[in-house]
Amino acid sequence: MARARISGKALISAFGAVALAVRLNPTEAATPSPPPTLVVKNQAFEPQTLTIPAGQQIKILVRNEDALPAELESSDLNREKVIPGGTALPVYIGPLSPGRYQFFNDFHPSSTGTIVVVQPKG
Amino acid sequence: MLATGVIVFREVLEAALIVSIVMAAAKGVAGRGRWVSYGILLGIAGACLVAAFAGAIAQAVQGRGQELLNAAILLLAVAMLGWHNVWMSQHGKALARRMKTIGHDVAVGDRPLSVLLVVVTMAVLREGSEVVLFGYGIYASGAQSMSMLIGALGGLGVGVATGVLLYKGLLRIPTRHLFAVTGWMILLLAAGMAADAAGLLSQAGVLPAIREGVWNSAWLLNEQSLLGRLLHILVGYTQRPSALQILFYVATLATIASLMGAVKRPRHRPASLEGARP
Repeated sequence: MARARISGKALISAFGAVALAVRLNPTEAATPSPPPTLVVKNQAFEPQTLTIPAGQQIKILVRNEDALPAELESSDLNREKVIPGGTALPVYIGPLSPGRYQFFNDFHPSSTGTIVVVQPKG
Repeated sequence: MLATGVIVFREVLEAALIVSIVMAAAKGVAGRGRWVSYGILLGIAGACLVAAFAGAIAQAVQGRGQELLNAAILLLAVAMLGWHNVWMSQHGKALARRMKTIGHDVAVGDRPLSVLLVVVTMAVLREGSEVVLFGYGIYASGAQSMSMLIGALGGLGVGVATGVLLYKGLLRIPTRHLFAVTGWMILLLAAGMAADAAGLLSQAGVLPAIREGVWNSAWLLNEQSLLGRLLHILVGYTQRPSALQILFYVATLATIASLMGAVKRPRHRPASLEGARP
């Protein structure tokens, strides 16, 4: 019985250690630079050109600062996502080969932009 | 006004084409008009709901809610379209024969019709929610609302008219060939939807694209052109597909086609079901 109780205690403290490690990890992981961000403002993309590295999946944050919804669309990137007014949403793209990829706002097709994919250095 | 009309037309077109293919595929089935109408109404109601909660849906699951919802809707429609095709390869011939002999629509029970209702509801819901969101944007912007509203209604009208045109065209096909044609159309429609779902799951970062841009056929047919958009809807044309999308496309085609083949091959089927064969 005593043995069982001790091993139970050990189990609990082990769980505690794991829980602590899990809780600590995100703060350590959060230090890398924020994701590349595209802003929709006054029905236009900012910046007009976003440069990202080739050969890997990239998370881009699209923040719509207008009240109107926007739809990020691109046949080059094979992507389509509605960004309601006042929200910031992630869009995962790639892995892509180096080149220029056009995108536009399907709800306001004259608003366009380009993603430039370059070979990472090193 | 024209720009608004074009945007609304593009969104409406997909739902309109799917509804007309489904309507044609159910030719001769009693009550199909009623069920498809219910599907459209449910879809519109659902579209308003999705648009009203667009912000909350989009923010859900770390900003992946929209993709996950749309992918689920697409895959549900794929399953229903597949089920319909399998059902038709089992009962289609008998259905066409009975239509010919009794000379009017045949009652087949609720199940095949409820499957079509789900497909129609999902198509209208998915495309409709974007129209509602866009329309709300026009309303909220205030300026030029009237001319943009006219444009939007025009786009809606042209989209619906295109669907009606496809439906009328399909009905000109003699009944004994019609189900073969709609069967192929539904098979390709389902495969294209599965590929779209795969694209959305990659966009959400849920599944790896494996490789983006396995080919680039933009020089041959731009996906943004009218023909490109039509083919995207009907057969899933994508100018730069990812490897995952191709995988989903081929797997869907193969699965539905082999299930259709499996039920078609008679295995000790009671003779009374099929009737006399020539």
